[in-house]
Amino acid sequence: MQQLAITGGSEKPLLSLHDINMTFGGVKALKNVSFDVRPGEVHCLAGENGCGKSTLIKIITGVYRPADGASIEYDGETYSHMSPVTAQDRGIQVIWQDLALFPEMSVAENIAFQTVLGRWPKLVDYGRMRKIATDALKRLGITLDVDLPLKEYAIAQRQIVAIARALVGEAKLVFMDEPTASLTQSETDHLLDIVRGLSAAGVAVVFVSHRLAEVLEISSRITVLRDGALVGVYPAAGMTQSRITELMTGKTFDQQVRAKSRDDQPVVLEVKGLSRPGQFDDISLTVRRGETLGITGLLGAGRTELAQTLFGMLQPAAGAITLEGKPVHFSSNRDAIKAGVAYLSEDRLSLGLIQPQSIADNLVISSLGKIVSGGFLSDERKRKLVAGWIADLGVKIGQQGDAISTLSGGNQQRIAIAKWLATDPKLLILDAPTVGVDVGARAGIFDIVAKLAETGLAIILISDEVPEVYFNADRVLHMAQGRIVGSYDPRSVPLSEIEGAVYA
Amino acid sequence: MTGFSERLKGWFGPEMAGPGLALVAVILVFGLVSPQFLSAATFGSVAFQLPELGLLTLAMLLPILTGGLNLAVTFTANIAGLTLAWVLQANGGADAGAGAFALGCVLAVMVGAASGVVMGLVIAFTRAHPILVSLSMMIFLRGLGEFLTRGGDVSGFPAFIGPLGHGSIAGIPVPLIVFIICVLAWHLLLTRTKLGFNTYMIGSNLEATRYSGINTRKVIVLVYTLSGAMCAIAGIIMLARFNSVRIGHGESYLLITVLACFLGGVNPFGGFGRVIPVFVALVVLQLLSSGLNLIGANQHLATAVWGLLLVGVMVLRFAASKFKISFVRKGT
Repeated sequence: MQQLAITGGSEKPLLSLHDINMTFGGVKALKNVSFDVRPGEVHCLAGENGCGKSTLIKIITGVYRPADGASIEYDGETYSHMSPVTAQDRGIQVIWQDLALFPEMSVAENIAFQTVLGRWPKLVDYGRMRKIATDALKRLGITLDVDLPLKEYAIAQRQIVAIARALVGEAKLVFMDEPTASLTQSETDHLLDIVRGLSAAGVAVVFVSHRLAEVLEISSRITVLRDGALVGVYPAAGMTQSRITELMTGKTFDQQVRAKSRDDQPVVLEVKGLSRPGQFDDISLTVRRGETLGITGLLGAGRTELAQTLFGMLQPAAGAITLEGKPVHFSSNRDAIKAGVAYLSEDRLSLGLIQPQSIADNLVISSLGKIVSGGFLSDERKRKLVAGWIADLGVKIGQQGDAISTLSGGNQQRIAIAKWLATDPKLLILDAPTVGVDVGARAGIFDIVAKLAETGLAIILISDEVPEVYFNADRVLHMAQGRIVGSYDPRSVPLSEIEGAVYA
Repeated sequence: MTGFSERLKGWFGPEMAGPGLALVAVILVFGLVSPQFLSAATFGSVAFQLPELGLLTLAMLLPILTGGLNLAVTFTANIAGLTLAWVLQANGGADAGAGAFALGCVLAVMVGAASGVVMGLVIAFTRAHPILVSLSMMIFLRGLGEFLTRGGDVSGFPAFIGPLGHGSIAGIPVPLIVFIICVLAWHLLLTRTKLGFNTYMIGSNLEATRYSGINTRKVIVLVYTLSGAMCAIAGIIMLARFNSVRIGHGESYLLITVLACFLGGVNPFGGFGRVIPVFVALVVLQLLSSGLNLIGANQHLATAVWGLLLVGVMVLRFAASKFKISFVRKGT
């Protein structure tokens, strides 16, 4: 910290990398990349999945060793490569997207275990742990019960615990890998405040995020990588979201409102007065053939619970669901699927797809009846069905038998959509379909959604990112605290009005 | 060699490599050490010993694929065997007819399946861990069996049952024929039926399978039911081979069935594993013990060598996956 006081704010970088090359099995993951971070700055590392961001972080933190010829200058010393121990000792901390915390252990243990480990005597000093944890949280301006097990807290608080743990290690340079991916807007705002606080205290923060709005809001400089090569380093001032997207993907995108009136179409889903105590209350809505109904609102507004009720996973306490004019009661999601309702889960990793299993098996799991021939499952039918969907939705895969986890987020999501389309649904509920999907691939997902709507499928699109529903839905409902509090037509209302209402 | 192993993979999947190599190694080593090893006698003894352990291993395989375990396999087999024995005794013991035998077999399979149904229901509806549930069932069945038999043997069966344990048809031992039919049935079940498909999916991620519209409880109950029924078939074969039933018969097979599954490339956490490699693994284990027997090693040493073999396979598998990852790993 003393050194920071001397060099603080000067142009001399805290970290400076040159000639970083990294090859995995013949694939060049990084090509002559250079990268620098100034003391106390918030620096954004931007790029699509697979562009080399994580590899670069892993080189800086000593997980990977770069090819010969690399130079890593950090805080006055030069290294040809880092080791994890050196990186930690010298104050480089990473908060990975999965946080790497222990849900069963207390907040205090999660924050302080690294500092308490390995000291003499080798006994656990809970008093000290509690104090370290409380101090670290205080620095962030947060109060949590440090004795509660971490699993009692929501993802946003866990994120803060991970940051607190990084601070305990006297960090000078903190990497945050997609820190806001599972946070709501207000939680994100809070996190950004914390990042600003860290920066003001002299800690440099390197921020990796897909969400370009917050990247622009928080960073002073942006380094863009594409396909393992450096595109450039840009000051955040004067940058726009579309410009960053162009730099990241090498393509141009512009968004237009896709909304149309579908009032002449027959009603597919009608919901009246649907309630589940503590989750949602008195929900009434209709979705017509070919219509995309957007539902937005903060996390915890009851959107996912509503979707799961329409999908039969939860049972309503009151209200009625009518599908194509017939009242329906789903006692499980099997009834819902049979009736023509499909639900793309917001949690693709643990609920939406079976990650270790193959692409083909994930695609056919909900429509096994279609690949039965003579009483037995037919590999030939499966192969054909899968090949058909992969071609239809433009999924890029290696082999059908490869694990689904080998695909990028966008391609996984296409398989998840195909899995539901294979059940011949009348209503498709998409819950946060772009979580963990690259900016470039998102447009592709929404192109598919638009095409599906044109074929007459009724779609409910749920997202906490207002622009997504604004540009891709025909109507937008705003849910808050379990109720529908607003209904908007994107053709007649500006985006800012809906955003204002949702994020207020 | 790589071409050969690639082709093996094409036929049986990647799980085949381990047991396939072990099979070749065992045949080579013992074939060189002992000239009698590659003889009809060795293969005859393997062919008669394989089915008991093999049938119990098939019973163990399905629950493991769902990420569970059935620790009650041996006692379920013997309770089913006892069921058959009592039906035979009630119908004249050594003079019992074929009708009594058929009835006894049906009841035995029903008893085995019932043990599975109970375990399956408890596991599916309470989400209790399969180890605890099947351990409870194992203790219950052992206690029940010891109570009913007072710890002794039940014997005195009609002579026509003998060939089921010792006879041969066209030179192939009858128990082996039964076992191979069961292997093929399991293979068909796992590769060609919805139940088999869902068994793998549940083993990898139960919740995601449920979200996909699969009745996961039904699948789990069916898996344990089939496991129990397979135990009963093992119990019937054991009855015929020993010409008696005792509740403790084959107790030492219990953990070896788990071992055979893992040696056959079954993922201990569920979701992956095939029948044919498990079959080959069983053959390897039997050849190993016959070979050691032939060169005059102590019988207990054979068990120790099985343990060493498994440790060796784990280490090799780890090394192979490391080797593979260093090629596949990509940065993001």
